[in-house]
Amino acid sequence: MSPRRSQTGGRVDRMRTIRFTFDGRPFTGHAGDTLASALLANGVTLFGRSFKYHRPRGVLTAGIDEPNALVTVLHGDVREPNIPATMLEIYDGLTVVSQNRFPTLAFDVGAANQLGGKLLGAGFYYKTFMGPVFGPLKGTRFWMFCEYFIRRAAGLGRAGIAKDPSRYERMNAFCDVLVVGSGPAGLMAAKAAADSGARVILAELEPKFGGAANWSGETIDGMAAAEWASTMVRDLKARDNVRLLPRTTVWGYYDDNAMAALERVTDHKSAPGKGEPRHRHWTIRAGSVVLATGAFERPLVFPGNDRPGVMLASAAERYANEFGILPGQKVALFVNNDAAYRAASTLRKAGAEIAAIVDVRGEISAAAQEIADEGGGELLRGHAVVATEGGKHISGIKVQKFDLANGALSGEARHLDADCLLVSGGWSPVIHLASQAGLKPEWNEALQAFLPPKPTQNWVGAGAFNGRFTTAEALTEGLAAGLSAAGSTGGTDSVPEVEAPALDPHPAPVFEIRAKGKAFVDFQHDVTADDVRLAYKEGFVSVEHLKRYTTLGMATDQGKTSNVPGIAIMADALGKPIPDVGTTRFRPPFAPVSLGALAAERYGEVKPERLTPMHDWHVENGAIMYTAGLWYRPMIYGLAGETVEQAYVREAKTTREAAGIVDVSTLGKIAVQGPDAADFLDRVYTNMFSTLAVGKARYGLMLREDGIALDDGTTWRLGNDDFLMTTTTANAGKVMQHLEYLLDVVWPELKVRLTSVTDQWAGAAIGGPRAREILASCVTGTAVDNDTLPFMGIVHGEIAGAPVMICRLSFSGEMAFEVYSGAGHGVHVWEALIEAGKPFGMVPYGLEALGTMRIEKGHVTGAEIDGRTTARDLGLDWMLSKKKPFVGSMMMDREGLADEDRVRLVGVIALDNRPLNGGAHIVEEANESEPRNSIGHITAVCYSPMLGKYIGLALVKGGKKRHGTRAFVSDPLRKRFGPVEIVSNHFFDPEGKRMHG
Amino acid sequence: MLINCPYCGPRDLSEFSYQGDGNRTRPDPASTNQAEWNAYVYDRTNIAGDHNEIWQHAGGCRAHLRVTRNTLTHKIISVGFARDERHKKPHGHRRSGAHS
Repeated sequence: MSPRRSQTGGRVDRMRTIRFTFDGRPFTGHAGDTLASALLANGVTLFGRSFKYHRPRGVLTAGIDEPNALVTVLHGDVREPNIPATMLEIYDGLTVVSQNRFPTLAFDVGAANQLGGKLLGAGFYYKTFMGPVFGPLKGTRFWMFCEYFIRRAAGLGRAGIAKDPSRYERMNAFCDVLVVGSGPAGLMAAKAAADSGARVILAELEPKFGGAANWSGETIDGMAAAEWASTMVRDLKARDNVRLLPRTTVWGYYDDNAMAALERVTDHKSAPGKGEPRHRHWTIRAGSVVLATGAFERPLVFPGNDRPGVMLASAAERYANEFGILPGQKVALFVNNDAAYRAASTLRKAGAEIAAIVDVRGEISAAAQEIADEGGGELLRGHAVVATEGGKHISGIKVQKFDLANGALSGEARHLDADCLLVSGGWSPVIHLASQAGLKPEWNEALQAFLPPKPTQNWVGAGAFNGRFTTAEALTEGLAAGLSAAGSTGGTDSVPEVEAPALDPHPAPVFEIRAKGKAFVDFQHDVTADDVRLAYKEGFVSVEHLKRYTTLGMATDQGKTSNVPGIAIMADALGKPIPDVGTTRFRPPFAPVSLGALAAERYGEVKPERLTPMHDWHVENGAIMYTAGLWYRPMIYGLAGETVEQAYVREAKTTREAAGIVDVSTLGKIAVQGPDAADFLDRVYTNMFSTLAVGKARYGLMLREDGIALDDGTTWRLGNDDFLMTTTTANAGKVMQHLEYLLDVVWPELKVRLTSVTDQWAGAAIGGPRAREILASCVTGTAVDNDTLPFMGIVHGEIAGAPVMICRLSFSGEMAFEVYSGAGHGVHVWEALIEAGKPFGMVPYGLEALGTMRIEKGHVTGAEIDGRTTARDLGLDWMLSKKKPFVGSMMMDREGLADEDRVRLVGVIALDNRPLNGGAHIVEEANESEPRNSIGHITAVCYSPMLGKYIGLALVKGGKKRHGTRAFVSDPLRKRFGPVEIVSNHFFDPEGKRMHG
Repeated sequence: MLINCPYCGPRDLSEFSYQGDGNRTRPDPASTNQAEWNAYVYDRTNIAGDHNEIWQHAGGCRAHLRVTRNTLTHKIISVGFARDERHKKPHGHRRSGAHS
């Protein structure tokens, strides 16, 4: 006997046939089916194998709480594992495979694990595989041996490695009221809020709005509940101030009512429509939120409760009323509450025979009794199911007398035939989102459930979410919640009448039947009631520890069906009331979220690119570009056949012999303006700027508040109250923020404005013995001779008709000038300079040559100003003014920072004439195989054309004291060891004769 | 988390950058009291509760804001310009600040 589709009933479209495959076998279903309903209609009840024991598993629920029936959907090579069959809408061509079985679902070798069930109990892995090796089959090494087999045997679906070709997108939305859940409570709330004029978003995780109204079989406002829901949805859809989001799971509740939601836009289609993404991620900022998320029915824990054919009572109602499916022909029920009796009535009307209703309670309500009396089957009050029979599908149950007071079983076990067992252990409100935005959930003794906590954010609950399980209550609460969320005091809406049997929602406090056999609490992670008790025996008494030790509630369903039974069994073991054991906090996400939707369009290269105005020129002229932070800079302008080293050596050498030009537009540039600008610069630089004459520039050094060097650069005084500060390329943002903080927070009384002008100026540095001649040949409106433009002087003029500002300063150590023009004139001026330089043999040079020349000069950059070095470490003591305090001045002289033995800047020369590596250590001993006692490290390296040697800068303990001594460079990873000489960092032209001219 | 910038209105956290504990006071620049400087640079109160913080609206108007935020709930109790706060002290005259 197996489930089947009835001739009539349900809301699937029997006229439309849909073809799909499951484990390679072709099946058909109808439009409106989920995979679960379509397979049930085909008599399939075996959906998967369990996590640990490989037990056959069927479908327990009809919704997002499904723990058992997880499948993998294949889209070509792309696999998407662990999709609940109950949430998967079928479409033509859908290809699905079952999980965790080998070789096939029906015949699974891993099922042998059941025989070793005792061995695989809670903590099996910790006990077996951790710690030292004692005996042959223990310890970490044993794990390393077994891991492959265990990983193969255990687990859920397998993730694929193929690239996901789907498109995802994200949306931001704003509304006055977000209603989560569209059952009777949610629909009423949405309508009431919309009637009050609020902008409303209604999110429903199922494809169809209406929630329980779609399957309750009740009557609302004189119509079938499902029809009432459709009418409400039509009404809402027609309004401009309402947005309906079907297939949308609100999965996270964040600060300030920011809600995260996932819309499955095209998962139910064979192919997405034009422009449609697969998933759309929503960030919804809601003025207030109505949580109408309903409740999950709980299974009961008893031996064999996981056999295919065991199903929640409400799920059976859904299959019957929504999909026209009878989950069995001969149906037994096992319940601890009244509500489940309605399922008996529903299934009987749909054509099933009711074998028996087994109720743990001795007394039941009149309404329940009436349903039981309506026909068919025994009513076994004060009884419990103690076993299920059958192989891969249930064929019968065993029942025994049950004492509600102490849980004791008595009497002979009786056999009853049944091909389907419906269970109901009461209802748990879906308080996940509330738990993310509230205090602790509150235990309700009468409902045997955790009710929503007190809110810490702006939400209001309604209906089953609040533990109000009848439809009449849901409608009343929904109306009130909608009005309250919309800030309305009252509306014209009235609460519709409901016709429904008066079933008592209060369950008996029974969670578990203790009889022999495996009784599952967490189906998805194969955690049994005995595992929970074992955890208790081994000292895990807190619910958080229980969870981690047994993995209860830690699978993809996050314990939607298992949390409360698990806590109840733990409480029983502890001999404490349930609220004293507590509950774990539900964290986002409520249900799994696709990573694609979180990333949306933000994948691949997402960093912005910063290009200088001359970028295209560099590329067209053979430059190999190099990233420096977000910037692209020329590394070399290589000629045909040149290596990188040959190219930069040529560029540097030509610059020192004739002239070279380099793009310096990337330097950070900050306009510092205002009557207090000079005073401000005195405070932030270690040296004095108030004494700087207008039309002159000065090199400056900044420290952090803790006395460590922050950045260096030149600052130009363009006017009395007008300075142009330059920073290193990498630190521009950091320096700006540092200065802004000081001005805004520390010294707001200073009249200074800061403006980032990095992108407004293009800069070209031109240097070398012929540089002045080149400028003289192309600059108009000013002279550039030594009197007009002395070292560190600034002049304004024109090049090829474009205004320029020229400062004579040098990083290369040559006679050099920085030519700044408006960014829009950058290429024009650059090309004019290139043209002017041709008769003088000028070359463009890149970062490598720039680095080479600065190393030869011993100048520091970010490699040395590394957040650990002080001004003294860098040999910049001469820049520390004693006449004024500055940022860091009191902190830089602390004992540790003034220690003579700190690493200090030096130069190193490779004595073996081989290239050095940045980052290599300097050691004193010639011990290549066991290098030790590093005395420092190399920060920058090059081949120096001027010295004809491989040289570098280094930070070495003792610094100057080691000048003239030998040491060794040690770089085991790159297999470089060799002797170096430690020298002054000023390798070339230490007196600066060349730049002073 | 939203911060209600006095210029720009309520804006998402991602537009702001945290600029540190607002409880520290920078010593007078001329101060040579090492302990005072050490306290300014290193000592933080690490409050569980209402905390006085400096945030910069880095992705907006770039003003520094003095924000009182509950570190347990992320609830923001107050937001103002850091420079206004500074002017409540006897120091200096009130000038047309960033928000005029």
